[in-house]
Order: sequence, then structure tokens, then C-alpha cells
Amino acid sequence: MYRIHSKQTAALFQKITEERELYLPVKAGGQVNFAAWTPDAEVSLETLKTVKSPKDAFFPQFESLYTCRTQEGKLTIEAGKRKDRPFVVFGMKACDLKGIQVLDQVFLKEPADSCYAARREKGTIVALACAAPETSCFCSVFGIDPAAPAADVCLWKIGEEFYWKSYTEKGAALTKSVEPLLEAAEDSAAVEKEQARIRSMVKKLPYASLSLEGWDGAHMNEKFESPLWEQLYRPCLACGTCTFVCPACQCYDIRDYKTADGVQRYRCWDSCMYSDFTLMAAGNNRTTQMQRFRQRFMHKLVYFPANNDGMYSCTGCGRCVEKCPVSLNIVKVIKAFAKEGAANE
Amino acid sequence: MNRTTDALIPQVGVITDIRQETPDVKTFRVNAPEGGKLFDHMPGQCAMLCAPGVGEAMFSITSSPTNQAYQEFSIKCCGELTEYLHSLEPGSQIAVRGPYGNYFPVDSELKGKDLLFIAGGIGLAPLRSVINYVLDHRADYGTVDILYGARSADDLVQMKEIREVWMQAPDVHVHLTIDRPQEGWEGHVGFVPAYLKELDFAPDKTALVCGPPVMIKFVLAALEEMGYTKDQVYTTLELRMKCGIGKCGRCNIGTKYVCKDGPVFRFDEIDEMPDEIW
Repeated sequence: MYRIHSKQTAALFQKITEERELYLPVKAGGQVNFAAWTPDAEVSLETLKTVKSPKDAFFPQFESLYTCRTQEGKLTIEAGKRKDRPFVVFGMKACDLKGIQVLDQVFLKEPADSCYAARREKGTIVALACAAPETSCFCSVFGIDPAAPAADVCLWKIGEEFYWKSYTEKGAALTKSVEPLLEAAEDSAAVEKEQARIRSMVKKLPYASLSLEGWDGAHMNEKFESPLWEQLYRPCLACGTCTFVCPACQCYDIRDYKTADGVQRYRCWDSCMYSDFTLMAAGNNRTTQMQRFRQRFMHKLVYFPANNDGMYSCTGCGRCVEKCPVSLNIVKVIKAFAKEGAANE
Repeated sequence: MNRTTDALIPQVGVITDIRQETPDVKTFRVNAPEGGKLFDHMPGQCAMLCAPGVGEAMFSITSSPTNQAYQEFSIKCCGELTEYLHSLEPGSQIAVRGPYGNYFPVDSELKGKDLLFIAGGIGLAPLRSVINYVLDHRADYGTVDILYGARSADDLVQMKEIREVWMQAPDVHVHLTIDRPQEGWEGHVGFVPAYLKELDFAPDKTALVCGPPVMIKFVLAALEEMGYTKDQVYTTLELRMKCGIGKCGRCNIGTKYVCKDGPVFRFDEIDEMPDEIW
């Protein structure tokens, strides 16, 4: 284990960028989001939740898949560039790290997505334990421990020191490249004490006791057919904010962008909340907002775990809880079903 | 089975022939630029056809895998992309990727069975691939009955092949019907489900059904009335798709992704899915 004083972080970032690109929470335009580090960037490691999750480091909101050019009736197709430079995502929290594990289940399954796979290969994740979980957090409900994120490197901020521990080969390589700036820290008691403090805080969070009982493949049709959806969806504006801030949402669209040099076929995030998501010339199998609303939660809490050994496609980051303009979110859905279940017993 | 190396990057395909089947259906023959097929497929599988700058959509491959020379797609003109495809001339190049999805179990469950094909309108497209595959491996299967209907005689696709190949094949019975009487039509008149009941097939066949959802619904009811169980009936599902490899999320129904777990499903499997397919 190592440690580095918070006054030294600028030097650390400078050192990392000698060999790697660096993305970390940066304040710009009044918001903190993961962005490329520059010497004058207003880095905000103390921000617990960036507005958008850092999933775009691996699954960008827009990316070009290939370009089509037609010359004299002949079509040529040129694959887009895959990520070829090593990069570091610095300061990721445990919930967002879990979001990447959810995306791995989708994008690395055969046939693997080559754009995503290239980024995963080139990316090193430095996680930061959550010193101050917020009231909208409920990661522990999904078995996530914000005191011990399983990243390539994990950091704990204790006082003015960051404690640094590497867990993987990539983590070791990064550690080696910045070693001159790190100070050996033999004593892990400080980290253990900090972990205990974080875990005791997490237990007291207002949503810590949410129960996921009955959210599994075995109860699929029972959940799907519940009359509760019809009541729950009503305030939904179908704005899609919940899907865009979500670290685990992976639905995407593939579209055309006409340029002076051919047609770029690009991929961009999409939302199951939108009415044209499933619209075909022949019709639409989800014509109502209730159906679309239901699909989002059924997918996260029933279909995804049924297909992925019980892993939910929600990480309890709480962004949707904070950002939904009508305060409608997954916590409300889980609570409503729990209440209904209790009433039926 | 070869597959595009990167699942989302298409290959260039050349449209080498276009046949006008009905007023709104054309069959497109597609080859690799150097000749031959772009890839191998199995009956029931699909491919993504893309006109860069216009759009991309999933279509069933209507030609049989046994056809070594080319692949065919029968496409109904009903949206932006299909309108554009219908405006193309032979020699045009498009982007093609695939094959995607599962296929009718021609090498397992269907082997040795008496087969009953039931199609409505453009729904013949995916079944034609299976029918021609079966005819090319005739000894592996039992009797073949093909019940095919459309709105009018002008809306029946692949009539040349039906008359010259299917109707001439041994132990193959073709039953055609159109919705309403029409001058010059001497065949059966009436909806597919009603004709199915009239034909009253023995309930020991395996049925493969494709067509508009409303037809499928009534055909399934008719088959059950005739003594068929849901595990004897196959169909293909059609939902909006973008990636074709179970990742973009569009064609998700319950735990299934129609693009990779389908498009071919047995009705007992469909019964277990949440009710939001049609």
C-alpha cells in the first residue's frame, strides 16, 4: 500500500498523462462530470456523484462505428478507429464500477462489441472509496461495498492523505509509473478504520433496508402483470433522463450522419422510455408509456438478473432518484411492490 | 458458419437482380462484389440491409441455404428504407451484415416430420427458405403441405416458383387462397385460418406459421381446435432491431432478445414470455 498527500495530486495527474490519457471529475459549467484532465481543470474528487455516470469512458454517448463512401456507384466501408491509447479513469465510485461490470455482461458477451472491448483493454480504473455517502445512495441493496471498490487501483481519502492500493496487473503497471510520487504506507489500520466508518454510515442510509425479494426470473409474469404499473407510471414524462444518467443503461441506437466525406454510421445512447424506441413501419409492440416504463424496471430488476446469474442492472447510485423531474424512480417502484406484497400477505 | 468479423461492421453487397412480385413486394438478389454469397446462413435467419444515409433494417433471408449462388430478400415497400430499396436498380450496392438469429430446427426437431407451412402475404418470405431447404433434402422429411394466402391473387409472392417447383415436387401439396373473390381466380377464396379448418389436417404434423399478427393469432386458435399442441407450432417474431446481437435493447421481450434468441420460436416458448410481443 502507498499514500500520497492531496497537495501532490496535480503532480500525480501530470505524471499519469505522460503515458496515458486521464479522465476524472472536473467542474465545468456549474456541473461536475468526468472529463479529460488539463493543468487548469477544476478537479473535484470530493464530488460523490458526477451528473452523468463515467460510463462514457467505455461506452461513449456518441461514437462512429464506420464510414460509408460511394464513388461512381461503388460503395466502400471503412471501420472506425478503435481506442488504441491507454487511459485512466480516476476517482470512480463503487456503484459506477459496478455499472461497468453490468456493461461487461452485455458488451463482452460473444459476439463482443469491438469498440467497448478495445476501451476496456486500454482503460485502467482508479476507484475512490465513498467518504460521505448521500441520502439518495442505496448501493448496499445490490451487495456493493462503497468502502472497497474492486478496481485496478483503489484509493481511500483519510485526512489529507490518499491511501493507494493496487489490485490488478494494470493497477500495478500504473502504480509503477507514478511510484516516485508515492510514499510507502505499511500500516493498513487507517484504511480498515475508514472502511468501518463508511460501512456504518451506509447502514444508516434511508434506503438501506430496501428489499429485492421477489425480483427474479421466477416471478417474471407475476411482476409483469401487476396492476401497480398502471398507477406508478402516470407522472412519467418520458424524458429519458433516468436512462441517460444511469451507469448501467446500455440501450443504443445506430444512426447516419452525412458528412462531406461520406456517411458516418454512429452509435449513440438511446432510451427505452421513448415512443419510437420500438416503432417499426409495421407497428409498435409498446404503444403506451406504461409499457415502456414497465420495460425499464422489468429489465433492470427481473430480465437482466435472470440472464446474468442474479446481477441486477441497477447499482443504487441514486442519480435517477435525484434527477427525475417528477421524483419517479426505481426506489419508488421497489417500495410500491414491497408494500403491495405485504398487503397481500 | 462465417460471420462478419466485427459484428456491427457490414460488408458491401451488390444487388444483382430485382423481381417485382406484387404491386408492393420486390425480391432482391444479393451477391458479394466478387460474386458468390456474402455468407452462409440457415433457414429462418436474417440479415441487416443498410442503405447508407437512408437507414438499416433486419430482413429475413428468403433464399434457401442450399442455393449456393446468391441470397434473396423479399421486401415489402412500407417505410423509408424499403421505399428507397424499391427505387434501386440492379447493380446498386448496399451494406449487408449477418447472418443473425437462430433458425428453424431443420437439422433436429423437424427431421422426419410431416410439415405444414402456413403463410400469409409477405409472411411467406422466411418460410420459403425452409420449404426450399426441405425440397432439396426431400428424403429427410415427411409430407409437405403449404397453405398460403394473400389479400388478392396479385398479392401472392413467388408464384412462378410455387407453380413450377413446389406444385411439381413429390409429396408436396400447395393450398392457395385469397381473401375475396376476384375475376380470373379459380382457387379457394377465404381467410387463411378458415381455409385451414376446412382442410382439417391430421394433428400429427409440425406447423410453421408466418404472417401478419392477426392471422397468426387465428391460425394458432384453429390449430389448437384441430388438436395441435403449442409445442408443434413454430413462428418467427418481428420487432425493431438495431444491433442484431442482443445488445442495443430494442427487441428485448422478457429474458429473450428476438434478434439473437429468435426470430424462430415455438408457441410454448412464446407462451412463457411477457405478453407484449404483438
